[in-house]
Amino acid sequence: MTASTTTPSGDDAPLLAVDGLSVQFQTRRGTAHVLDEVGFTLARGQTLGLVGESGCGKSMTALAMMRLIPQPPGRIAAGSVRLHGRELLALPEAEMRRVRGNRLSMIFQEPMTSLNPVFTIGEQIAESVRLHLGLDRRAALAHAVDMLAAVGIPAPARRAHDYPHHFSGGMRQRAMIAMALACSPDALIADEPTTALDVTVQAQIFDLMAELRERTGTAILLITHDMGAVAEMADRVAVMYAGRIVEEGGVHDILERPLHPYTQGLVACAPGRRRTAPGETLREIPGTVPSLLRRAEACAFAERCEHARPLCRQRPPPGSQPASGRRVRCWLYPETTPADTASPA
Amino acid sequence: MSLFLLLAKRLAYALLLIAAVQAMNFTLIRAAPGDPAEVIAGEMGGADEAVMAQIRATYGLDQPVPLQYARYIVHSLTGDLGTSYLYSRPVVDLILERLGPTVLLVATALLLAMVIGTLLGVAASRRPDSAASGVITVLSLVGYAMPVFWTGILLVLLFGKVLPILPIAGMRDVRIYGDGWVVMLDVLHHLVLPALTLSLVYLAQYSRLARASMLEVLGTDYIRTARAKGLPESSVVYKHALRNALMPVVTVAGLQFGNLISGAVLVETVFSWPGLGTLALDAILGRDYPTVLGVLTCSAALVIVANLLTDLAYRWLDPRLRGRR
Repeated sequence: MTASTTTPSGDDAPLLAVDGLSVQFQTRRGTAHVLDEVGFTLARGQTLGLVGESGCGKSMTALAMMRLIPQPPGRIAAGSVRLHGRELLALPEAEMRRVRGNRLSMIFQEPMTSLNPVFTIGEQIAESVRLHLGLDRRAALAHAVDMLAAVGIPAPARRAHDYPHHFSGGMRQRAMIAMALACSPDALIADEPTTALDVTVQAQIFDLMAELRERTGTAILLITHDMGAVAEMADRVAVMYAGRIVEEGGVHDILERPLHPYTQGLVACAPGRRRTAPGETLREIPGTVPSLLRRAEACAFAERCEHARPLCRQRPPPGSQPASGRRVRCWLYPETTPADTASPA
Repeated sequence: MSLFLLLAKRLAYALLLIAAVQAMNFTLIRAAPGDPAEVIAGEMGGADEAVMAQIRATYGLDQPVPLQYARYIVHSLTGDLGTSYLYSRPVVDLILERLGPTVLLVATALLLAMVIGTLLGVAASRRPDSAASGVITVLSLVGYAMPVFWTGILLVLLFGKVLPILPIAGMRDVRIYGDGWVVMLDVLHHLVLPALTLSLVYLAQYSRLARASMLEVLGTDYIRTARAKGLPESSVVYKHALRNALMPVVTVAGLQFGNLISGAVLVETVFSWPGLGTLALDAILGRDYPTVLGVLTCSAALVIVANLLTDLAYRWLDPRLRGRR
């Protein structure tokens, strides 16, 4: 890293800082504003839970940070993603490849299809080790075996020569984690890592991630719609709705005292957070997510919000900081000084 | 399934299949009009009834058809496919003489079609909306739509008249003799046009297939994983995607091997290539039943071998077919 790309603040700067990230997709029916000024920070060893319902832009945020959005039709329209103060969005592609899988890693939702069926597990882990750490074939494979052992695969030296179809879903996700952590990245993006797995395996995977975080100090961006997983894993939580972060704060604040009506709905919906009497219907948030084709000139949640006022349908709410370490985008909380005003209107 | 079991099973199937092919061909040829004895007599410049009867007796044509069939089967089990009426030589010798050139032609054409077709398809899939991709698609369609004999005749016209740099007939130049490299180069020189002609149709098909298959594979989760690892694009495309995308190409190539052999008959005829195709054509026109049957048996065997090779290639490409170690 060169001095010119490092911010002068040095140690004070967060490990990973995403700011004003906007992504657009060109579609037949117009431009879809998939991400709209998404921002959050992640400190070393910390876990940030990124929550929201399907299609709100959680995975797109991850892909944009990795610069893996298919373009065209996608485009990162604005924003910044800084790792150790270094701007990733400005890097040449060849430099960015040295960051992917090395400093910033990612594991995906679908362990069943995320591994290449025609290469052995060991080869696939060793591949990034050879690429980023410059080890030779034999040393890289030995490192891959160590990683498989670290994620709890029994008989790793033998299983390294297995193909993905020899592994169960949980084992494949362990192998994916081994692959992602093989080069000791600074940060790991886990995009719904347990959605496709059954409940007991989910718990094992979360335990494994927590353990590895303790051991390596890797920061984790945990993308999920499982509030239980967030409660267990995350230090901080960012809530996304329709391509925007509507609330951010510490995990206890968010779960115990959610401010944004959408977060309140989300927390109330989570089964298991609150005892549900037999026969009682599970809570839901009425309505559906608005189309992303119109860049909202109002609060995107207004149509579904029980507190909506005329103002909510006229202008998008500015971000405000009702308490230290908390941010919320809602007209219900305008009383505190806005951290950053939206439009000069 | 272990490799040994697979091979044993395939061999048993192959023998049964060849027996069935022989039975069917034998019946069909006998059902066709025409009397070989008359053709043989015609070759000799005419003959009376006594001579005709003698010819029939010599070749066993006076026996009942079921008996002829039984004899044919028994003989073919010992590696004797009879004697050609036309060339008065053992059919096995004729076939062995012609087998080499045909295998050379078909294998070269198949290899060209698969390698170039796949590379074109991959190139087209990299930028599916680009002009280059469009050009490849159009060329593929044209190549696919042209009948192989017509392509052959056009190439003969081009290289025989306009641009005489490539030989348009035969496999060897009578003025060139010797051994080793000289002969090999001469044969390769003669091979260019027939192999190109035969490969064009398949090249077109495989490039379209490879393009579609690559586009599908490039959208899969494991390709996203490969990119997330920080692999360079060439490694993503040629290592991670191509091997998966090859499977449909190999499948279709295996299935079409029979068509390739019938295409070879036409190409050999156009370019006077001394292979099984020209032998079969001459044998059919001359009512040379033993030779026709022999060639058909031989091409059935070729197709069976090709299918076996396809299966082996498949097992090599896709570890899921190999089973547990």
